[in-house]
Amino acid sequence: MAESTFRVWRGDGETGGFQDYTIETTTGMVVLDAVHRIQAEQANDLAVRWNCKAGRCGSCSAEVNGMPKLMCMTRLSDLPMDEPVTIEPMKAFPLVRDLVTDVSWNYRVKENIAAFQPREPDNEDGTWEIFQEDVDRVMEFRKCIECFLCQDVCHVLRDHHLHEEFIGPRFMVHVAALEMHPLDTGDRLETLRKDQGVGYCNITKCCTKVCPETITITDNAIIPLKERVVDRAYDPLAKLLRVVRRKGTPA
Amino acid sequence: MAGFERHEHDVLIVGAGGAGLRAAIEAAAAGASVGLVCKSLLGKAHTVMAEGGVAAALANVDERDSWEVHFADTMRGGQYLNDWRMAELHARESPDRVRELEAWGALMDRTPDGRILQRNFGGHAYPRLAHVGDRTGLEMIRTLQDHGVHQGMDVFMECTVTRLLLDGGRVAGAFAYDRERGRFQVFGAKAVVLATGGIGKAYQITSNSWEYTGDGHALAYHAGAELMDMEFIQFHPTGMVWPPSVRGILVTEGVRGEGGVLRNSEGRRFMFDDIPALYKEQTADSPEEGWRYVVGDRDARRPPELLTRDHVARCIVREVKEGRGSPHGGAFLDIAWISEKIPDAPAHIRRKLPGMYHQFKALADIDITEEPMEVGPTTHYVMGGVRVDADTQMSNVPGLFAAGECAAGLHGANRLGGNSLSDLLVFGKRAGEYAARFASENAAPPLDPEQVAAAERHSLAPFANNGGEGPYQVQEDLQKLMQNQVGIVRTEDDLASALEDIEALKERAANVAVTGNREYNPGWHTALDLDCLLTVSEAATRAAIGRRESRGAHSRVDYPAKDPDWGCYNLVLWKDADGNMKSRREPVRKLPGRLTRIIEEQG
Repeated sequence: MAESTFRVWRGDGETGGFQDYTIETTTGMVVLDAVHRIQAEQANDLAVRWNCKAGRCGSCSAEVNGMPKLMCMTRLSDLPMDEPVTIEPMKAFPLVRDLVTDVSWNYRVKENIAAFQPREPDNEDGTWEIFQEDVDRVMEFRKCIECFLCQDVCHVLRDHHLHEEFIGPRFMVHVAALEMHPLDTGDRLETLRKDQGVGYCNITKCCTKVCPETITITDNAIIPLKERVVDRAYDPLAKLLRVVRRKGTPA
Repeated sequence: MAGFERHEHDVLIVGAGGAGLRAAIEAAAAGASVGLVCKSLLGKAHTVMAEGGVAAALANVDERDSWEVHFADTMRGGQYLNDWRMAELHARESPDRVRELEAWGALMDRTPDGRILQRNFGGHAYPRLAHVGDRTGLEMIRTLQDHGVHQGMDVFMECTVTRLLLDGGRVAGAFAYDRERGRFQVFGAKAVVLATGGIGKAYQITSNSWEYTGDGHALAYHAGAELMDMEFIQFHPTGMVWPPSVRGILVTEGVRGEGGVLRNSEGRRFMFDDIPALYKEQTADSPEEGWRYVVGDRDARRPPELLTRDHVARCIVREVKEGRGSPHGGAFLDIAWISEKIPDAPAHIRRKLPGMYHQFKALADIDITEEPMEVGPTTHYVMGGVRVDADTQMSNVPGLFAAGECAAGLHGANRLGGNSLSDLLVFGKRAGEYAARFASENAAPPLDPEQVAAAERHSLAPFANNGGEGPYQVQEDLQKLMQNQVGIVRTEDDLASALEDIEALKERAANVAVTGNREYNPGWHTALDLDCLLTVSEAATRAAIGRRESRGAHSRVDYPAKDPDWGCYNLVLWKDADGNMKSRREPVRKLPGRLTRIIEEQG
């Protein structure tokens, strides 16, 4: 048993500030346990979003000592406990209250990404032949728990607020998962270039660094998508062919 | 009804886990306008935690499997208290429901010839669980979520229903609040589907999240629906036990399916010491035979670690009680030992059980490829729920449907692992289909302003209770009570005193006070959840008192044997005109001859 201090953001979108809470901490505690203890003992109305408490649902995203983290997977023993632990909400989304932000923008973005479109079934009974290698190729992307920490840390969203022009790393991963799905026949590249801002990412890899599922977001999802878009839109030979074809088309 | 946000739908679905999403997809496909209300953000429901897989007799790995074998396994696991028709529909339809997921984009692990791979699980005769590593639930909920949002439905996230609204005896809608602003939402609907999951938060040690407060059970009960089998609560044998802050978090049965063994402090595989008669013929005689089963020898029988969950949980409790437990009061679950049997075991373990590897590494400093885990029972699932018609999932309240964990019938006295995800798909679909049909055949009922006003008064009451205690202490005291007195091993004295204590807690709950305002105020939300928790706790306790025998997940020290007479009855609970909880014995529906023959043939 030891006493530790937590510096927690309290307030809504308009007013607020940090407040210190000192509580008893025990072996193995994670930051979310500390928040719950504060909530139960000192601040019943402290707003926090959480669910599974096992790193699987991606609800309890926040910034702990300035780093985007899942509170349920951040152990106190990994933090310097001789000074207050700072806990504040994500910055790339509007604040609702205390540690809770309005992440509904992410859901709207996803609705606008073209849905999965499978090829015709391989077999008469309506099933497909898919091999483990095909599954493994996209498995990394499908691990995503939608905690939105990658969105939080992306400077295009966090600092430049280009939410209307750029879908962010989470949805680059989602598009990559669809584009590389062994059965999918959809084509999302033109939308990715024109409306979803694939060009905004300048590969600083902050998203990859904070991903609690260790998805190699930049290297494995965003860069291949950028390459595909470039191959399609800016390949000089393809461009020439398009011009020739257009000229050949009767008016 | 000024001052409320009003919504109208043909079908309102409460809960957006696997069952709710599947129901919403089906109802929308049938042309109904659909409202989907969930307590959390979309895609965060408890289904996401399901690890092992979804049971379906695809017969991809062992062609001897069939719906008949799956049916017989489910009935045996439920100690024949299951509703036979639900068990039949479930076994027959789950293969189609799994294949349909693939058509919607789910990717599952594969067999060498490119079909869906299936793994072993407790109580299933053949490898039957379609899976993707140990994150099957995430794959399933994300697939349903992504498919669903493109179907056209109104989703109300972070919105909690506190009352169902009635028109005469029929359901007419629901009253809810949104978490973000605390505004009241009034939903009118021709049909309502409850898909709210379970009641785990009534216990101290649970694998369930804060959402699992028995809302659907309580909403249905107070609206006049009957509950059934509430004495049967599944304590999953393997939850984490150390450190304290992670106590209860699930350790998937998949660990045992992949060859994990249970040992006590003396190093003994104690599961060989007590094999129930019902399973004697199907269980391995030796560790050597058990291992052969794990690696796919079709002549081998399954290791005793893969006996049903109720039994494994009791064996762990016995070892701890008799002084042979692990340092923190559990048993040792060892998967690292398979390095004696296969080359490159650590990589194999990390590939088949990546979530478990990560969970123990991050939360307990344990590398499961090198050392055993400490595990013990954790409250996981409630077999009991709203009593529904097997084919349609409608309760005795017209227009009110229930599917998934909050409905009763499929699992009887004990659920087999993997049968829950298939339950969600099969009966979620059926509930959505029949709710849409009910909506198309019935006009929109009027809403009663007095019921809405009463629901509002009820929701606001905690703000008026100035100076009372906060809700968290009451919740904690209830959890301790249920853990200690309505737990794995029960006695009449404990249960009777629990019932008295629940009455006292109800009075405290009525007087809890909350601070702050209505905007995203967890204190207020917890205060309102207490009503549901207390209702389901009372139901579980009364049912446990009623059933004077030990069967499946219900174990009575004072009636330690199975009683053949009780094997003919389910316990049904309902609310009488004076608001008291009543119970009666309801004969189990008799199996038709064709199904009896299947059970006999399967031994």
